[in-house]
Amino acid sequence: MATAKQEIGNGNGSLKYVGTRPWRPDGVDKVTGRAKFGADLSLPGMLVGRVLRSPHAHARIRCIDASKARALPGVKAVVTRDEMPEVPSQWVPAGEVQVNYRDMSQNVMAREKALYDGHAVAAVAATTAAIAKQALDLIEVDYEVLPHVIDVREAMQADAPVLHDDMFTQGVEPTPETPSNVFKKVHFQSGDLDKGFAEADIVVERTFTTKPVHQGYIEPHAVVASAGEDGQCEVWCCTQGQFTVRAYCANLLGIDIGNIRVTPSEIGGGFGGKTVVYLEPVALRLSQLAGRPVKIVMSREEVFRASGPTSGGAMTIKMGATKDGKITAAKAWLAYQAGAFPGSPIQPGCMCVFAPYDIENAEVEGYDVVVNRPKVAAYRAPGAPISEFAAEGVVDEIAKKLGIDPAEFRLMNAAKEGTRALYGPKFGPVGCIETLEAARNSEHYSIPLGPNQGRGIATGFWFNIGGESCATINVNEDGTATVIEGNPDIGGSRASIQLQAAEALGIPPEKVRPLVADTDSIGYTFLTGGSRVTFATGMAAIDAAGKVVEQLRERAAKIWDIPVEAVEWEDGYAKPSGSNAGDFEPMSMAEIAAQAGKTGGPIAATASINAQGAGPGFGTHVCDVEVDRETGRVTVLRYTAVQDAGKAVHPSYVEGQIQGGAAQGIGWALNEEYIYDKDGRLENPGFLDYRMPVASDLPMIDAVIVEVPNPNHPYGVRGVGETPIVPPMAAVANAIENATGIRMTDLPMSPPRLLEALDNGGANGGS
Amino acid sequence: MVPTAAPNPLARVVLPSSLARYTGGVTELEVEATDIRGVIRALEARYAGIGRELEEGMAVAVDGHIHQDDLFAAVSPESEVCFLPRIGGGNEDLQIEANSV
Repeated sequence: MATAKQEIGNGNGSLKYVGTRPWRPDGVDKVTGRAKFGADLSLPGMLVGRVLRSPHAHARIRCIDASKARALPGVKAVVTRDEMPEVPSQWVPAGEVQVNYRDMSQNVMAREKALYDGHAVAAVAATTAAIAKQALDLIEVDYEVLPHVIDVREAMQADAPVLHDDMFTQGVEPTPETPSNVFKKVHFQSGDLDKGFAEADIVVERTFTTKPVHQGYIEPHAVVASAGEDGQCEVWCCTQGQFTVRAYCANLLGIDIGNIRVTPSEIGGGFGGKTVVYLEPVALRLSQLAGRPVKIVMSREEVFRASGPTSGGAMTIKMGATKDGKITAAKAWLAYQAGAFPGSPIQPGCMCVFAPYDIENAEVEGYDVVVNRPKVAAYRAPGAPISEFAAEGVVDEIAKKLGIDPAEFRLMNAAKEGTRALYGPKFGPVGCIETLEAARNSEHYSIPLGPNQGRGIATGFWFNIGGESCATINVNEDGTATVIEGNPDIGGSRASIQLQAAEALGIPPEKVRPLVADTDSIGYTFLTGGSRVTFATGMAAIDAAGKVVEQLRERAAKIWDIPVEAVEWEDGYAKPSGSNAGDFEPMSMAEIAAQAGKTGGPIAATASINAQGAGPGFGTHVCDVEVDRETGRVTVLRYTAVQDAGKAVHPSYVEGQIQGGAAQGIGWALNEEYIYDKDGRLENPGFLDYRMPVASDLPMIDAVIVEVPNPNHPYGVRGVGETPIVPPMAAVANAIENATGIRMTDLPMSPPRLLEALDNGGANGGS
Repeated sequence: MVPTAAPNPLARVVLPSSLARYTGGVTELEVEATDIRGVIRALEARYAGIGRELEEGMAVAVDGHIHQDDLFAAVSPESEVCFLPRIGGGNEDLQIEANSV
């Protein structure tokens, strides 16, 4: 009996399609405007929903009188706290951060208190937008305005206004008897810190701050919800996770999960900010009450006032090193704003702060602090850019004081395979050193600088995650295939899943159509976040393809009347092998598919996995700036971003992720911040006043892909979506320091702030 | 003479210091197990109450590779099994704050 080894892919161990740059499968729809985003859906009889928001940063809601609004002709439903169920406390994951259902419920509709400017207090559904707006004006809310707190350090003070009377700091012994705004303390420690600092020849300690910044997705939140008389509910929305929207709506409204179907639209950016719900439960409740579909679309102002930015932070970093360049000890104190409800990314911030380095003695202490701002949401590598901005500044300063090139100093201390991370495990194969070497060896790193110009380098780390994913592959009658998956395509995952499925099937990617399905059409799949989709859902697609290949071999064996073991799969063809080699002409997928009905029925397979072993990501960025000493304006002259992708499935998309992360990080570094007035009202809720970088602000960002394969993925894939936003703030700050001699410690390093630092010789945010 | 059977190799377990209240301060120990659930059960048998915290509040790194919600991942003899805070998820009733290695 002939035997043949079954292999996934093209059979010879090399990759034929993974690593190529085919046209993106969603490209034509998006450039022609045919793609349907969240606000594009309309249904017969659909009502217009609008949300009334608190004008106060902190206020007790004494009474809400919506009787006049309800009486207005054309108003079909009004929702206040009285129409929303009370939800008990329960923590659940949302991307890499955690959320509490009780808090989520109170965030989508305030109960006893409004906790930030923009907090939803009521919603209406009406036949027209004008009537809905008029109805909002008729709702009378009796507020008792309370003292508020915006800044994280002020919120930690004993005399600060307390947002939640039932919040007692976790993680300290004994548990405090009085409530505070500090939700929890986290702590990590390794080695002997005192010994490490005693061994140091030089010690640098600095304090830094960063501001909350918004993800800045171009598409505002939008939803259409329809609740039927039979209890069946449908939701269409722009989201990073249709299954999480389904679970959140079910839990917040007391509906069985099986009675809700959620269909994700195309998504105009999310970056973590669309892993939670704001409008969906409200629209669904309005639809339940009105008996008609309800559509709600946020304005840009609402996006800024009411949806989650990432945390702002206050950090103190202390590091010591020997004169020959060995870091001997590192200590960090971090406090992150969580917004109005607990759940900042303080924990990953603590875990990442020193991750690029092999440091024997380290300690990190972190605090999760509530303030009167919108509840934070995930934003690319949540928590890491904040803490690593601070740490990379101190690393750079030590290198300068020791007279060692900053890239060399980082290489001397870089994490590598076998390095034990502060949070516990030893790293497997990682590409920290490789990204540093690529940056140091780049042409960019040796270009001469002119007057008032400076160069900065910084390294960043992010874990990446795996998790639960499903994928189904259906083989069509003509041998083409459809791969169905459950992750909204936020950064090119249609292409990466398509390519991996094509590789495993051995057919060209244009023969594989990727489809993002609703919650009833594919098995549970965790949301698009954590840089997980190309890794985890890609593995599910590869698994499903492997099952399809098994079926294809079985069908060919039946047709040829030989044992299945004697059929191998290579380049999309079944081939007889062993003693049967040459007995039959190879049979294509199309030929086998054409006979599927006669050989056993349709050929299809589903894989459901909980993907483990996501490879950590490291990146190193080099930034050149020119500082205008008269205005404080910083111009980014050159920017090179190096990223370990494990294996770049579609290199163009990887480069896009790298460039996008760098651009967002540069905006975080130089301009972006929320500005509140003395009453805690947001003064810049729009893109004119909240200054994000546009194309004309930036040079071409040179993306360099390094590939250190992840041994836990069949093709070596690591996530790449998040790490690129970690190094930019420090790279820019280090470049400014190199240009001016002033260490900027407070973000953003905007023209007024830098000019003040230049005028003061480094005081006020610089030193 | 009957040769003495060699003892089974044991997995080395590293616990975060936040769980030291269950273990009397022990943060490194050895257990015999073939998968993560076996490690958790062995630890629960020694330190009552620790199992729920490990299963619901922690991720696990086996020889450096992080697993979440993966009770049946294999643990080889002489593996290093390191519990660490979950990256995402969690339970406010759990102390997921400290790690000491």
